[in-house]
Amino acid sequence: MSMGEPLLRVEDLRVEFPTEDGVVKAVDGISYDVGRGQTLGIVGESGSGKTVAALSILGLTRAQGARTTGRIVFEGRDLVSMGEAELRKIRGNEIAMVFQDPLSALHPLYRVGAQIVEAVRAHQDVSKAQARKRTIELLGLVGIPDPGRRVDDYPHEFSGGMRQRAMIAMALANEPKLLIADEPTTALDVTVQAQILALLEQLKSELGMSIVIVTHDLGVVAEMAEEIAVMYAGRIVETATTEALLDHPEHPYTWGLLRSIPTLDGPRKELLTPIPGSPPSLIDPPSGCHFHPRCAYAQPEHARIDPELRPLAADPAHRVACLLGEAARRRLWKESA
Amino acid sequence: MTRYIIRRILWGVLLLILVTALMFVLFRILPAGEPARLRAGRNASPRVIAEIRRDLGLNKSLPAQFWIYMKEVFLHFNLGYSYYSSAPVRGLIAERLGATVSLTVGGAIVWLATGLPVGIISALRRRSKLDRASMGAALVLVSAPEYWLGLIALYLFAADIGRLKIFPGAGSYVALASDPWKWLTSLILPWLVLAAGSAAIYARLMRGSLTEVMGEDYIRTARAKGLSERRVVLRHGVRAAINPIMTILALDIGTLIGSAILVEVVFNIPGVGQLAYTAITHADFPIVQGTVLLGALFIVVASIVVDIAYAYLDPRVRYS
Repeated sequence: MSMGEPLLRVEDLRVEFPTEDGVVKAVDGISYDVGRGQTLGIVGESGSGKTVAALSILGLTRAQGARTTGRIVFEGRDLVSMGEAELRKIRGNEIAMVFQDPLSALHPLYRVGAQIVEAVRAHQDVSKAQARKRTIELLGLVGIPDPGRRVDDYPHEFSGGMRQRAMIAMALANEPKLLIADEPTTALDVTVQAQILALLEQLKSELGMSIVIVTHDLGVVAEMAEEIAVMYAGRIVETATTEALLDHPEHPYTWGLLRSIPTLDGPRKELLTPIPGSPPSLIDPPSGCHFHPRCAYAQPEHARIDPELRPLAADPAHRVACLLGEAARRRLWKESA
Repeated sequence: MTRYIIRRILWGVLLLILVTALMFVLFRILPAGEPARLRAGRNASPRVIAEIRRDLGLNKSLPAQFWIYMKEVFLHFNLGYSYYSSAPVRGLIAERLGATVSLTVGGAIVWLATGLPVGIISALRRRSKLDRASMGAALVLVSAPEYWLGLIALYLFAADIGRLKIFPGAGSYVALASDPWKWLTSLILPWLVLAAGSAAIYARLMRGSLTEVMGEDYIRTARAKGLSERRVVLRHGVRAAINPIMTILALDIGTLIGSAILVEVVFNIPGVGQLAYTAITHADFPIVQGTVLLGALFIVVASIVVDIAYAYLDPRVRYS
């Protein structure tokens, strides 16, 4: 395998759920790459399809009856067409996942340690005692104090932050090459959020993992990710390096996301600007540009034309799906800032 | 935990005292006829009746009778004597306990061993033909009373009157100690009949509980670890789904005792249930009281056992 090839390449991924009300197009043709040791942030509101996009990498949407098309190529193997038995060898082993709410993601009736031991032994042929030793090491690695004792605690005896640390320890059990973190800090207190992000950052540099971090919070990915993809209504509407995206965002939806983040150094009386309206139905999305009903700059023809994700002339790595002209966008962003 | 258990046991004893008192009052208020007259037979002279009343202690005041009865039951474990045969009630029950225990324990095993797996399979193959068929059958069985189901079973499968002559019919029960094989074959139909209704309810409960659990986040975590689906379902899903079922199990064991009476009568099994049934039809109060007390004891013990088991099944529950 050449060094230039990304660890994970997603091509035209579509995930649909047949329901009684119609087909939910949760992910509607997204493509992205994650390089080795790189972090990609996928950002969007609730209902933008970002969690489904994350779950479908490991085929975890299969149990919910999802129809998945496109390609998810991990080290040259397509995970979409892969059989369940083969995919199981990758789950928790080469690709691991951390979920949003660590209390509900841990089994309430088993000891934390036992759950991590199970993850170790799912992929390594080691004795229970060895797996337990490894588990205590892992708990120490993620910063659980006195891991030799806490290994026998139940999840309800852990604090929220410790539970998420335990989930991360479980994900690291088999030294995965790729870690998918779905809203890993959303259910936590703000101070704990920062600790968990710092931990992920530290583990990434120590272990050389790639990370896909899914969040609604641009602030979270701004710290961690080299690249950001903004999702709206099941599609990527803008993607760029973190620097470029924060410095000169191109999509009006990204503007909205940025304006809804409070800044510490901003004036106190500064008002947060919410994005008007609510995320669209994924069964029957708006015509044309899916964002046009909520876009302050929408023109009548935007209800008809469906924009493609196109690279900027000045920066080909920065791509945006917007019908406004490049010059117009630049002017609008400057005016509003 | 120990304190909790002790407290539960004390409450259990108090409950049994209340049940005993309630029964005493009930059976003396209910117009079931004068026991002495029943016992003396036809054309008994008033003198004989008065004598019998004295023998049975019925000439004393009600509070005095109550006090004597309670003292005998709780201090000497003496449940009194049958109005008819004068046999000690404790002995009568002891003789028949083996058959009833055989019936109810076996029935409970059949109940859980069929109901839970059917529920699990139904939950995993929801809306499949198998699911629809088993849930349909469950609905029929839930609605079928035991005595009717028992008669149907005998009509279809009993060796004497049945169309298919597969299993021994009514009245074929023998004790386990005397012939284990005959004991087993004679109890197969009663076990199935006794278990049918409860198994059907539990299949539906298990299906509902497991369906809910399989949507939980921790099931997704288990899958994300790369565990086999079998392990995900059995170790993670079923383990969590069984807990809410344990709570109602304590209550339903009581229902099982009630159903055992009907099954014993239909299959002519010489158990405590049949003893109680006969005693009720003859207004033989001491036996009725003894058997009801036994049932109450059984339920109290079962619910304490289930409560303690629950603390071990769910680490979040800690009694104090």
